[in-house]
Amino acid sequence: MQDLRVQFFVSEGTVTAVDGVSFEVDRGEIVGIVGESGSGKTMTALSLLRLIPEPGRITNGRILYGEKDIAQMTDEEIREFRGNEVAMIFQDPMTSLNPVLRIGFQVEEAMAAHSRFTNQQSRDRVVPMLQRVRIPAAKDRVRDYPHQFSGGMRQRGMIAMGVSNEPSLLIADEPTTALDVTVQASIIELLRDLSRELRASVILITHNMALVASLCNRVIVMYAGRIVEQGPTRAIFKNPQHPYTWSLLRSMPRMDEVGHERLVSIRGLPPDLSKMPPGCKFHPRCRFRIDKCLTEEPPLAEVDPAQDARCWVLMKNIPNPEAEALK
Amino acid sequence: MTAQPAPTPTTDPTIKTALLRVEKLVKYFPAGGGLLARNIVHAVDGVDLAIQPGETLGLVGESGCGKSTLGRVIVRLLPATSGHIYFQDTDLTKVRGEKLRRTRQEIQMIFQDPYASLNPRMTVGDIVSEPLRNFGVARGRKADQRVQEMMRVVGLNPNFVNRYPHEFSGGQRQRIGIARALVLDPKFIVADEPVSALDVSIQAQIVNLMEDLQSKFNLTFLFIAHDLSVVRHISDRVAVMYLGKIVEIGPSDAIRDKPLHPYTKVLQSSVPVPDPDIEATRKPILLKGEIPSPVNPPNACRFHTRCPIAQPICSEVEPPLEKKENGRFAACHFAGQL
Repeated sequence: MQDLRVQFFVSEGTVTAVDGVSFEVDRGEIVGIVGESGSGKTMTALSLLRLIPEPGRITNGRILYGEKDIAQMTDEEIREFRGNEVAMIFQDPMTSLNPVLRIGFQVEEAMAAHSRFTNQQSRDRVVPMLQRVRIPAAKDRVRDYPHQFSGGMRQRGMIAMGVSNEPSLLIADEPTTALDVTVQASIIELLRDLSRELRASVILITHNMALVASLCNRVIVMYAGRIVEQGPTRAIFKNPQHPYTWSLLRSMPRMDEVGHERLVSIRGLPPDLSKMPPGCKFHPRCRFRIDKCLTEEPPLAEVDPAQDARCWVLMKNIPNPEAEALK
Repeated sequence: MTAQPAPTPTTDPTIKTALLRVEKLVKYFPAGGGLLARNIVHAVDGVDLAIQPGETLGLVGESGCGKSTLGRVIVRLLPATSGHIYFQDTDLTKVRGEKLRRTRQEIQMIFQDPYASLNPRMTVGDIVSEPLRNFGVARGRKADQRVQEMMRVVGLNPNFVNRYPHEFSGGQRQRIGIARALVLDPKFIVADEPVSALDVSIQAQIVNLMEDLQSKFNLTFLFIAHDLSVVRHISDRVAVMYLGKIVEIGPSDAIRDKPLHPYTKVLQSSVPVPDPDIEATRKPILLKGEIPSPVNPPNACRFHTRCPIAQPICSEVEPPLEKKENGRFAACHFAGQL
């Protein structure tokens, strides 16, 4: 993805949801896109499938899949591309599954809709697919309707549909947010196993930093439609350079917290996308800003080999950030 | 979480010093509704709890375990099917009339969804002052002053008193809900998932605010949440609920570091930590099967159908919630063995 911009044309004017986002995903890599609501993480992912809802449009940038530019594909090509090459798993499996069709039929239909398998092959593959996503008693449950499945099982059903055509990229948008923590653990394990078995790349979109630490090789942190930091998971968690990443990691209680530390709270709110502040988009909430941040937006610049941050200051230049942040 | 001298940890769930004590509390719902409904949802099925003054008790469990129902029965938003709720010396399940009104002022609730729990047609001022009017505590200028004071206390600009809920962000709305809960100067607050609907960067603001308010007003909290890391952080003690029953209760760090009940252990092992080095070696214990229906919960120990260490006795004899160590209680025949 190169220099993607997604804009929404509404009566009040133009809202830029994603601005200048570039990144690459290698084969077999698991990349996490982290951000809060309105950060542009979901729009970035939807643009990979050219699924931006009206009145939004991709107004700039190229999205290359191998040699093909997704933005230039014909409707026929994009339809084959979705599902065959790239599959998407959504947060709420109840609203993405058809409630009046049997689970097995929906998985079969996902295969039949694309040309990789014949109808007979599609039919034969349904039960193995349900087994592959570890649905117990798959042979019996293939005839169940979505409401007969629990939340976790429905998400497995969705994943079965997603991976049934053996895609090489799986986009999972908050796949466990609606699920209980014990179910979340099993879905994360499943995604990890599937990416290995299918040698597929995974893009995990989430607000949960801990899930990223658990699953991803690389992390992209988004804020106000921009990438503010990206790098290998270990670098981002051990040595975050953008004040937003740094604060986010200290704003959630950790399960391994020793004693009771006061949480770092990020003051204020994320910006309204139609009324963006000048300069760095995070400066109104940043405790480490300098004058330059108020007027000039910093570029996404290399801070370490493979790690980039969009900040004039950088956390490594702040002597005692904890004390500063808790003031 | 208080800045005051730590409350004495409870060693006995029925200890007399408790501010609020729940005894054999039961809440059943008819399943499917209607007069002829024959199925019964065992939402809360014999819960004993004692919460000490100034303490935060965390109540953790997965969806459908009955934790929200328990919270709602305690604040009397729902009537109990049987059992007792003692607030100081008053049995809330028995009191009526004026006495009930007075005890109700002392017990307030903060809700999960700051969008659904505020009337969109009322101004912030009206929302926060409504309890004052309902209980005849203050009206007119005196009420206005109290509202402004509460807005300052929760970090809202008092000049926004005439605005409507939709003009505020989720975090600010949760502050409005907290101001409403505190305006009557209550002693006890039930907070039902107060941060789970909020963005990550906002959650810390609300958690920190609740901690500050607790020490400022000497509040006692029942903090209900599904997220064990948040619950451990904010609570002095944690109670773990599964299918309508408390399966374990004890000091927060002990529950996290050395869970006694196998279900607590499973929960603890499932929570990811934002540290890739720890995550590389963490092995969650995956549960078999799914949570059974509360309409027809398993016999004896309710966890036995999914428990990794269940023995024949677990499906025959229900283990009582009993003392296993100092200040620690668990309902398991094989506590500490997973």
